[in-house]
Amino acid sequence: MSALLEVRDLRVAFPRGRSDEVFALRGVDLSLKRGERLGVVGESGAGKSMLAFAILDLIQSPGRIAGGSIRFDGQNLLAMSEREIRRVRGKRIAMIFQDPMATLNPVLTIGRQMAEALEAHGRISEREARRRSVEMLKAVQVPQAEARYDAYPHELSGGLRQRVVIAIALLAEPEIIIADEPTTALDVTIQAEIMALLLRLCREREVGLILITHDLAVVAEVTERLMIMYAGRCVEEGPTSEVIARPRHPYAAGLLASLPGHTEPGARLTQIPGSMPPLGALPEGCAFRPRCEHAYARCHLERPELEPDLPGRRVACYLPLGGRT
Amino acid sequence: MMSAAEFRRRFLRDPTAVGAGIVLLALVAMAALAPVLAPQNPYDPMQLDIMDSEMPPSWLPGGEDRFPLGTDPQGRGVLSTIMYGTGISLLIGLGAVAVQMLIGVTLGLIAGYRGGWLDSLLMRIADIQLSLSTLMLAIVALAVFSAAFGPDLYSDLAIFMLIAVIGVAEWPRFARTVRASVLAERKKEYVDAARTIGLSPGTIMRRHVLPNTLTPVLVIATIQVAEAIVTEAALSFLGLGMPATQPSLGALIRSGFEFIFSGAWWITFFPAVVLILLILSLNLLGDWLRDTLNPKLRRGA
Repeated sequence: MSALLEVRDLRVAFPRGRSDEVFALRGVDLSLKRGERLGVVGESGAGKSMLAFAILDLIQSPGRIAGGSIRFDGQNLLAMSEREIRRVRGKRIAMIFQDPMATLNPVLTIGRQMAEALEAHGRISEREARRRSVEMLKAVQVPQAEARYDAYPHELSGGLRQRVVIAIALLAEPEIIIADEPTTALDVTIQAEIMALLLRLCREREVGLILITHDLAVVAEVTERLMIMYAGRCVEEGPTSEVIARPRHPYAAGLLASLPGHTEPGARLTQIPGSMPPLGALPEGCAFRPRCEHAYARCHLERPELEPDLPGRRVACYLPLGGRT
Repeated sequence: MMSAAEFRRRFLRDPTAVGAGIVLLALVAMAALAPVLAPQNPYDPMQLDIMDSEMPPSWLPGGEDRFPLGTDPQGRGVLSTIMYGTGISLLIGLGAVAVQMLIGVTLGLIAGYRGGWLDSLLMRIADIQLSLSTLMLAIVALAVFSAAFGPDLYSDLAIFMLIAVIGVAEWPRFARTVRASVLAERKKEYVDAARTIGLSPGTIMRRHVLPNTLTPVLVIATIQVAEAIVTEAALSFLGLGMPATQPSLGALIRSGFEFIFSGAWWITFFPAVVLILLILSLNLLGDWLRDTLNPKLRRGA
């Protein structure tokens, strides 16, 4: 089965000064089958959120998509007119953001904002919009859905608000949901609930999920495939369980070693030395090289490409952990 | 966001706000009900008698009960002319602010949301507009209009002319405030979220950004109504505003001005008191609104 979403060599650039540009995404590949769940993991600034916005062609000026292609269901999104791509946004690819308070407009009722998501993609009567919205609120387990429909965002708790945001995303029956750190702003106790809800809904409705997060534990539970990003590129990709059990890229291994539960009980958690270089000052060769203990001469000179590795996996490293295949 | 109940509670707790509200309400009611309440219709020449001219208020020697606040040189009761005049002043104030808001909010939204050269262009035009004194601009415009139209047509159109001139001259106040709010709002995530559900920029501006900029607009509008009324009064006082047949408060003050030294002080005094009460109550309410809704906001942006 061919991929529903196929991103090739996607580049996003921001101007620096008059004639120079800095690349926030430096050639990212991504593919997602219908109903598949993909995790995108990396440090802050690795380009995860940029990727999410770029997929919907929502990069704000002065940033621009500087190259690559995004094929969705056989069509190139980047070749579409603004009008055409608006029919994809929300309708076929929906997005969930980190902070549900900021995502919901404080001066409009929940109902108004839900109805809007429906109205954006075709005429619909007010009664029908209300019926479908309340139904969806019930599906995301918002208690007293009828009353909540007329409430304002500030009258709801953080967890409820994120349920509303999920409901809005699901309303138009999208084929893919891009969730950008959907639980980061919530209480720990609520996080698991929301994640479980999102997972269940995606399974039931066969909605594809691109889950952007820096929480590997969540990714392990929810996603089938995992992509690890570093400095605007994908450095490792493969089935989630395999990547977590046996990371190939030193950065992936470093991320895992810094998490409790992935090391021997009682052992010290390790951290990756140094920090991600600013995008405007990436080193020659491999971007991870300054922080990598295995780096050798070639890493200084050439940039490793993302290449097939173990079966079903790809890695961008000259010296993958566990030896070359 | 503040709930309506909280808003009411704060209002009732502030004696200045309540007082200003009562005065304003009384003046508005008086103006609105003038055709019913006023002892006489000052616009109807049949009801006027030149023999009644320049009568003092009823409690002074020579006054009559028919004219509690005395009469003007045309024999119109000062109370009646004030009741009608307040209405005209309020109408011009509200109309001018409606024009200011229409132009200012629209251009402010566009400037803030679109940004770039259009923003720069609109804001420079706003700067130029603000650097010209409203009064000066209005004097020139109205003098040209009255010369072009002739006095009869001009007196029929005066109210619209005043609304248009004061409205156009003061739009930048709204434009600048709205633009500043839009710049702050458009960075918020709900705007991104609205874009991800496929709404067009126009819809996002109207339905999402605009409602979030209305708090400062409300505050400024209150103060601007007061300023528009004062501007109109000044223009009328200079003889460029409302004609003597349909006097506003400013025109009434002017009509009595030449009689002050002959002792007929009441023709000017009472309209002036009403004008001061009107402006004061509007300004106090505006200040209270500003402090309540957004303590950071400063007058005139």
